[in-house]
Amino acid sequence: MADTIEVERYELFEDQRYQFNFDRRQFMKVFGGGIALIVPLTNVLAQTAQRQGEAGRGFNRELPKEIGAWIHIDEDGSITVYTGKVEMGQNIRTSLTQAVAEELHVPVSSIRLVMGDTDVSPFDAGTFGSRTTPTMAPQLRKAAVAARETLIALAAQQWQVEPSAVRIVDARFVNHDSTKSLTISDLAKGLKLVKTIPGDVKTTPAKEWTIAGQSTPKVDGRDFVTGRHKYTSDVRRDGMLFGKVVRPSAFNATLASSDPVKETPGVQVLKDGDFIGVAAQDQPTAGQVADEINPQWKAADQPGNAQLVDYLRKNATASEGAGRPVGSIADGLAAADKKLEQTYTIAYIAHAPLEPRAAVAEWVDNKLTVWTGTQRPFGVRQELAEAFHLSEEKVRVIVPDTGSGYGGKHTGECAIEAARLALATKKPVKVVWTREEEFTWAYFRPAGVIDVKSGVKNDGIITAWEFHNYNSGPSGIEGSYAIPNQNVQFHPSKSPLRQGSYRGLAATANHFARETHIDEIAVLLSMDPLELRLKNLKDERMRAVLDAAASRFGWGKQKLSAGHGVGIACGFEKGGYVATCAEVSVGSPGGKVKLERVVASFECGAIVNPKHLENQVEGAVVMAIGGALFEAIEFNNGAILNARFSRYRVPRFSDVPSIEVVLLDRKDLPSAGAGETPIVGLAPAVGNAIFAATKTRLRSLPLVPRGVIL
Amino acid sequence: MFHPFPNNCCLVLQSFQKLWEDSEVSNISALNVNGKKLPVDVDAQTSLLMVLRNNLNLTGTKYGCGEAQCGACTVLIDGQPTRSCVTNVGRVADKQITTIEGLEKDGQLHPLQDAFLKADALQCGYCTSGMIVTGVALLDKNPKPTREDIVTHMNGNVCRCGTYLRIIAAIQMAAEQKGVRNG
Repeated sequence: MADTIEVERYELFEDQRYQFNFDRRQFMKVFGGGIALIVPLTNVLAQTAQRQGEAGRGFNRELPKEIGAWIHIDEDGSITVYTGKVEMGQNIRTSLTQAVAEELHVPVSSIRLVMGDTDVSPFDAGTFGSRTTPTMAPQLRKAAVAARETLIALAAQQWQVEPSAVRIVDARFVNHDSTKSLTISDLAKGLKLVKTIPGDVKTTPAKEWTIAGQSTPKVDGRDFVTGRHKYTSDVRRDGMLFGKVVRPSAFNATLASSDPVKETPGVQVLKDGDFIGVAAQDQPTAGQVADEINPQWKAADQPGNAQLVDYLRKNATASEGAGRPVGSIADGLAAADKKLEQTYTIAYIAHAPLEPRAAVAEWVDNKLTVWTGTQRPFGVRQELAEAFHLSEEKVRVIVPDTGSGYGGKHTGECAIEAARLALATKKPVKVVWTREEEFTWAYFRPAGVIDVKSGVKNDGIITAWEFHNYNSGPSGIEGSYAIPNQNVQFHPSKSPLRQGSYRGLAATANHFARETHIDEIAVLLSMDPLELRLKNLKDERMRAVLDAAASRFGWGKQKLSAGHGVGIACGFEKGGYVATCAEVSVGSPGGKVKLERVVASFECGAIVNPKHLENQVEGAVVMAIGGALFEAIEFNNGAILNARFSRYRVPRFSDVPSIEVVLLDRKDLPSAGAGETPIVGLAPAVGNAIFAATKTRLRSLPLVPRGVIL
Repeated sequence: MFHPFPNNCCLVLQSFQKLWEDSEVSNISALNVNGKKLPVDVDAQTSLLMVLRNNLNLTGTKYGCGEAQCGACTVLIDGQPTRSCVTNVGRVADKQITTIEGLEKDGQLHPLQDAFLKADALQCGYCTSGMIVTGVALLDKNPKPTREDIVTHMNGNVCRCGTYLRIIAAIQMAAEQKGVRNG
């Protein structure tokens, strides 16, 4: 390791072109001078790079083909971290800064993160799947360790001492008796040093963290509470026009005919196939002209909510995704004392990020730059490059910190629309989707149908488990129960609506079906549902979150008022464990369901930022309330019928119960992502609590779309 | 609805009505925003939200739904929390408009802005301007709100990230601080 962090100066040759993911000249422009620490995407590549480096072939040879992240220490001492991840409320700008500050031994405030800018950030598949904390944070830690060691080596070289004699005190490098000190700028000045990080850099273990593990406040929080932060929809360019797209009457509709558009001064209308867009100098004019166009569309008949369950079953394909059957369901059922078979359904729901999709596009000398709030800046760059037949170097996507996504902003529709209008008008164009457009033309969390068949012995040992999920997806489908005979299958289907990622993906659907079914088995056996779970769980981490939630909640010890009921559920997904207890009250008469209290315990390895983690868990619980109780997309014949906040209810202040979050900090385990998994436990816990209160079993999400048990 | 005129008359009537509407329409030449008189040149029917964001570049006020359902666009009109997305600019030309940008005084955050940071009462931050402005209106009217007062007053504002409990805590925190200050 020492060899590869040895101070070297590299010549930069212009005659070779390396696949740097971003243009090498651009890298040099951004890099300028100072020190760059480059993290290869994989350890294998890192080792290759290390060997090449050791062979003394210099900078060009050492550059890895795929880069995960890089840190730049400029000659003025400023520290900039480049990552392709994006910030949309999950607070990774803060947590990643903490990781770098920790290893570099500098304050959080001295580090700036450049995120999601395809010209300067290394390639990244996207910010989803709770991957930032387990993958990006360790990469940046390694780069920061290498940066620290490089600076120490530079100081040691200047003072002609061993690197071990150099210490870092308050972001200054000092010698053994503190008689000499150098700033980062002193050390980086005049350098042009590019280093690749080897794969085996030792980073600080969680037990020794001093900056990570603390509740560092949101690094740029002040910009948000003052309204200064610029989201995509706030970006403004000189000469910018406002764009508006004329939407079809239904999904999959094509243009039948349209009257000639009357000329309006200063307004341009672009017709291209089935696309009609308007660009005007002000937003109201663009909207008015687009409204007046009103063409004829034609579309085939399409199914609605009423046909959904049949449609998903009928169009299902062979199983894929989940594991092979274990044991024999027939044997498991034969060994059982009791059997149970039930079906659960899950509605389409919308992400409804408060900032709808937005994009500002600008063409300069055949190069396209688009500001847009997406979770996949490089994916959107590719979409744009394909749409406009450009090479990817000719497209730059910049993602300002975004007004949330929850898995709903993976695609680049709005970016393409803005770029189309900008190309036609030769001016920068901003397109901001209306709420109705966001509800209609984005995509939804998949609906699903899940069949579960089980067998159980009278002592509570589950002997057979057959689980078929149609359409909603395989995430979290396996479950943690140690059941000897299992057949768990995911069957993709055709979806009447455009569907895609969502916080937790199908884990919410699969946990709802599984954890409701477990509760039904407990009822069948007249056994406490917590006891039944513990009888069938071997995973110690799952048992620990269940114990933590049950103990805080006072499970089994409460004296409940009339009409109240409690429920419990647990789950595992994306490296995190959650257990959720809920208390509901059901009004009599009327059957009005009210969520009274929630306890959620969560364990995701070593905690990086306790306050932000608690905030994420709370937020996941609140978001889950919507999907559990009342959120559902109503649709028919290619149209969304409730595409507004006045018709599509999302959780509000008055829906939020008392929420207690119990965090288990496992410093001995690597940190996992936390934005998604805490969402999965709420729906089954609430459904089970409603059953406890009313003896009515609800097997469809949302449980009470009209707020009452009918 | 019964209409006494044949179709062609109806058209005449419509265009007349349009004219009549147009004659009502005037241009607005200035707005009082955050204590300053700012020149604008906009149709009186334009929404205040668009004028703030597009003409005055005060982008702290956000578009969220366009139908007064989410509160992201909330501003104060003579101290009253108002949904700027459904407010025509003509109706507020002679009134005092306060936006999120107007709450910080001489580099000093409003106690509620400060409390939002301390309580970590945001994630993506897109609802934050509207939440703070709505909360400021509450504290001005009711310096010691109960939890129930807060829920009732704030219920028209959506935080999709689900930081409601932290927002309640922030408003309570600011109320206590203001109480201390005033005391």
